[in-house]
Amino acid sequence: MKEKDRLVRTIFRAVDEYNRGLSEGGPLEKSLDKVLFGKSGRLDSLGLVNFIVLIEEKIEEEYGMAIVIADEKAMSQKRSPFKTIGRLAEYVSQLLEENKNG
Amino acid sequence: MADEQVILITGTRKGIGRYLAHYYAEKAFRVVGCSRGEVDYELDNYRHYCLDVSDESRVKNMFSEIRKLYNRLDILINNAGIASMNHVVLTPLETVHKIINTNYVGTFLFCREAAKLMQKRRYGRIVNFTTVATPLKLEGEAIYASSKAAVASLTEILARELAPFGVTVNAVGPTPIETDLIRSVPKEKIKALLDRQAIHRFGEFRDIANVIDFFISPKSDFVTGQNIYLGGI
Repeated sequence: MKEKDRLVRTIFRAVDEYNRGLSEGGPLEKSLDKVLFGKSGRLDSLGLVNFIVLIEEKIEEEYGMAIVIADEKAMSQKRSPFKTIGRLAEYVSQLLEENKNG
Repeated sequence: MADEQVILITGTRKGIGRYLAHYYAEKAFRVVGCSRGEVDYELDNYRHYCLDVSDESRVKNMFSEIRKLYNRLDILINNAGIASMNHVVLTPLETVHKIINTNYVGTFLFCREAAKLMQKRRYGRIVNFTTVATPLKLEGEAIYASSKAAVASLTEILARELAPFGVTVNAVGPTPIETDLIRSVPKEKIKALLDRQAIHRFGEFRDIANVIDFFISPKSDFVTGQNIYLGGI
């Protein structure tokens, strides 16, 4: 549970930074299940790109690992890891595990 | 502004990349370079990484270090490239993989990671390398020319995808220059090639630097998706 909290806190730091850089549109909410991307999502494709880059950066600062979130697996999953922050956290947690072991 | 700008150049061990590393270091840019091997020179404001440009994790780590050290990247020059003259029938698959990996995959990877860093400051200049071998349809250079055709296409599309980030993406296509890349090409072939240019001479490093200077100027913020061939092709 603690590990999950650490990861979510890290992603929320990316949310803070994303919101600080907003010139238009509403801020992202720090919620695990609000839809990020898709029909009812807050982010358009450029916003998603910005947000993913920020998460990669915060993950690297926190864990010292340079990961690529938009990898082959992420792009081919039926259940998109980019839909909510909760799903993103799950996916990133898998990537971190693989990175530790590999 | 130049004294603060960080420029990343790939393939700086020899040839054009080596020249550009010295050229921009002299102009007081902070220069980061990379190549598969060590370089045999030292410059005050130059930092070198040994890596294969198509090795994703090594490339990622280098970009992480650039972010930690400078927290910015203003310019990327995707110079690293390899060529191999061969008739298609005699071309080993391994050669094709190597050329595509260095020339195309490497360029893609560096563009992707550079864009992540550049978009933070909403500013960036990317210059890729194409070749006159593509429009001249040079026999014996099918793989090299087509790998660079892919770079030309990548340049045009990335120009559109990265425009919202304030990043321009352009390409320069040199003519033959007397570097290692053409060392093995027969003299008469080179002469025939130079004859097809509007201006019949070898290119020089300064010709390339001149086009790059134009592309990377802060004033060139309305110039993107362009591919300039030298020599009048």
